[in-house]
Amino acid sequence: MADPMRIRAQAAGDKATVRVLMSHEMETGQRKDSAGKTIPAWFIQEVSAAHNGKTVLTAEWGPSVAKNPFMQFNVKGAKAGDKISVSWVDNKGDKRTDEATVS
Amino acid sequence: MIQTRREMLAHSATVAGLLATAGLLPQTALAAWPQAAFDAKTLADAVKALGGGTPAESKDVTLTGPDIAENGAVVPVGCASALPGVKKMLLLVEKNPSVLAAVFNVTDAVEANFNTRVKMGQSSNVYAVAMMGDGKVLFAQKEIKVTLGGCGG
Repeated sequence: MADPMRIRAQAAGDKATVRVLMSHEMETGQRKDSAGKTIPAWFIQEVSAAHNGKTVLTAEWGPSVAKNPFMQFNVKGAKAGDKISVSWVDNKGDKRTDEATVS
Repeated sequence: MIQTRREMLAHSATVAGLLATAGLLPQTALAAWPQAAFDAKTLADAVKALGGGTPAESKDVTLTGPDIAENGAVVPVGCASALPGVKKMLLLVEKNPSVLAAVFNVTDAVEANFNTRVKMGQSSNVYAVAMMGDGKVLFAQKEIKVTLGGCGG
């Protein structure tokens, strides 16, 4: 199981800015190890975010996204106290969901 | 042993089927992930694989990022569009082995404004693409130079 995500959601006016830092290797499948063998690809493929349980954003990622990915987006109508949850699924089927409260 | 060509093909098809059902082929594990778009080698191909038309450059799409990135492994980029009716925002790095970096599916509840970090193998053009609800595809581009380890580019 992967490490927890760090999620910060801050309300500003009628929207909230959400910043997510995920912990993931994001291996491209291009690199080789010291023995010259290709390291198999291992990266987050699908990301979704929900505001109070309602999905507001889905994303598909490729191996070009950097290691320990960062993502920032704005949720309209979110206010302090609302719940923002973010989940991802990688190409090995591993998944993780974390939740944060808008401040 | 057998093996006419036909039997051989039938046999390998069965094996592939078994592997797929057992979830051993990672590509088929997630049906929703657009494999074709991520395999595409150019901006136009990636957009086409996602069902868009011919991309046109537009001032209404903005791409933010550094002019020079010291470390190609972590390049902060952002894409945004103030236009209404954006369905998808795409980020692409032209000279990466996998050109398409990320697809964001925009809903009414989020703004078409995303920031993330991508890897870049070398100095290259980066594209931000907005796919509109009416089928139009608009993009912005920016060249980002990568100086690996600060040895000049």
